[in-house]
Amino acid sequence: MLLKKLTMANGVSGNEDEVRNIIIEEIKDYVDEIKTDRLGNIITIKKGKEGFPRVMLAAHMDEVGLMVKSIDDGGFIRFSLVGGIDERILVSKQVLIGKDKIPGVIGAKAIHLQEKDERNIPLKVKQLYIDIGADSKEEAEKKIKKGDYITFNSEYVRFGNNLIKAKALDDRVGCAVLIDLLKGEYDAWIYGAFTVQEEIGLRGAKVAAYNADPNFAIVFEGTLCSDITGVPEHSHITKLGKGPAISLKDSYTIFSKELNKCIYETAVENNIKIQYRQPSSGGNDAGAIHTIKEGIPCAALSVPCRYIHSPSSIMSLDDFEGCKKTAKLFLKGIKKGEYVCE
Amino acid sequence: MFVNRINIELLKKLLMTFGPSGSEEKIRKLIKEEIEEFVDEVKVDALGNLIAVRKGKGKKIMVASHMDEIGIMVTNIDDGGFLRFTNVGGVSPFTSLYQRVVFDDGTIGTIGMEKLEEIKDLKLDKMFIDIGLSSKKEVIKRINVGDVATFCSPFVYQKDCIISKTLDDRIGCYVAIEALKELKDSPNEIYFVFTVQEEVGLRGAKTAAYGVNPDLGIAIDVTMTGDTPKADTMEVSLGKGVAIKVKDRSIVVNPAVKDFMTEVAVENDIPFQYEILDAGGTDSGSIHLSRSGVPSGVISIPCRYVHSPSEMVYISDVTNSIKLLLKILEKEEINI
Repeated sequence: MLLKKLTMANGVSGNEDEVRNIIIEEIKDYVDEIKTDRLGNIITIKKGKEGFPRVMLAAHMDEVGLMVKSIDDGGFIRFSLVGGIDERILVSKQVLIGKDKIPGVIGAKAIHLQEKDERNIPLKVKQLYIDIGADSKEEAEKKIKKGDYITFNSEYVRFGNNLIKAKALDDRVGCAVLIDLLKGEYDAWIYGAFTVQEEIGLRGAKVAAYNADPNFAIVFEGTLCSDITGVPEHSHITKLGKGPAISLKDSYTIFSKELNKCIYETAVENNIKIQYRQPSSGGNDAGAIHTIKEGIPCAALSVPCRYIHSPSSIMSLDDFEGCKKTAKLFLKGIKKGEYVCE
Repeated sequence: MFVNRINIELLKKLLMTFGPSGSEEKIRKLIKEEIEEFVDEVKVDALGNLIAVRKGKGKKIMVASHMDEIGIMVTNIDDGGFLRFTNVGGVSPFTSLYQRVVFDDGTIGTIGMEKLEEIKDLKLDKMFIDIGLSSKKEVIKRINVGDVATFCSPFVYQKDCIISKTLDDRIGCYVAIEALKELKDSPNEIYFVFTVQEEVGLRGAKTAAYGVNPDLGIAIDVTMTGDTPKADTMEVSLGKGVAIKVKDRSIVVNPAVKDFMTEVAVENDIPFQYEILDAGGTDSGSIHLSRSGVPSGVISIPCRYVHSPSEMVYISDVTNSIKLLLKILEKEEINI
């Protein structure tokens, strides 16, 4: 399955090659133009009919991860974070390092060696290391270099009521949606952008939008979902299984009311479940896209993902299907001259 | 020649018109109707900025005042009909408590809080809006998730000062509108831009500046003061004249622009003070970084209690700001 292949690929921000290659292979026969720009974004064009708007569709290829900082005399690897990761989730996780995917485990001072006070304080990245089974610096250096990227080692698993568990659902699920959309036919001009470096500051999308210069844009994401017992309803952000979530406001963007209305109504009219993402912090590529040049109205349609930015995120395949279906119907419904601001 | 009095009726309309960041439709309509007959061209860009042009052959000057105001957005409605909310722009939980908010449809609610052990623990997610309806079913007939509201408080005109909500930055809009109306022939090409989404990150000014591509940018906005009991040290006081910005978090004003503004103020006997603001920024922060860079400055109107429902400005500072803007725009030779 494509989503499985995408989540199992490694693509920490700045190192998106593996993901990029899968995507290019998957879409090249369905688009009129395809190129990789200087930052590494995949930019595709599907030509539309005259007088129809230019629509940018964006999903980011990169995921959060780690990077090798140094190797100590004992052959243990120190690392830093790439993108937003809760340091408290790192201990004992399995990782893969570099192009050759050298397996390792994140280790820390054992509990019986910790003082009483230490046990009450979560371990910081500085106190953690990766154990690759090497017994000296020299041996480790044969396999690992400073600057090597590190990803979580986590299987794609289908379970429960049509749910899946995987790493990097943020935003491989968006990539999977976009790949599916590019296989459809539309009257509008479709500028599909698979962006780089979203997790470290919406960087790829900025140049991709400058280049595409669309009339409006839709971003596809995996987004926060905290619909857990004990969390107050007004902090859920989204709910699993209640359909794709449409963004109203986050830390970087106030989303287009016109686009939101049309997308929401498209879902409702076609009996597809849809929900609003509760306005909250966080952000996505729309934050960079909407202020490019003279301004680009943006919407974001996301698949809710529990435990985002961890080795094990959970999403519903029903929400994923709903996202694809809603977006496709919306794009097919775009009329001549619509959304073109003069 | 100059308006030494203030057009209270217009100012009040500007202050009381709905327009939180991202929902500037009503305030844009009001300003558009007010200025249309005084400019050569008006347009609205994709983000909603209102851009009005007075054509000319000289320098392209962009004047930016932001139309948007701070407010709140509904995030959730519970079964009992209480609304949870998040901030739109810089909203303090402490200034919001027990204030009233008004939605676009006129619905008014009171902001309440959950029981807290200590008031210092007050955060927006412990607070809610009560519109006096007792079920979600009733509420969603009027208000939904994503709807925005602004604070409501009465407009006061008292001797030399104005007390109101949203002086940030409708007073800047007022200054620009009055200067625009007074402006006779100018050698310069002037873009009066009423921007959107300043309060959430100087966003509208960014796209407007790209579109206008000016030679000089001037933002008109309020600034804080240091003239209240035990205030942070700041050399700006109410009633001591227009403030010429030197620096804030978003911009270090181009010295040539600062000197030019000072020169115009001195030439015309306009009282002024320099402003160095430790916190906050304004539209010039976006404008000066547009394309390959735009020399930019700021005319600031001293204002106490910024981002509260009871902001305060002196009328003399407002009229002096209008004078300074007008004299800058009329300048024949601008060598920046």
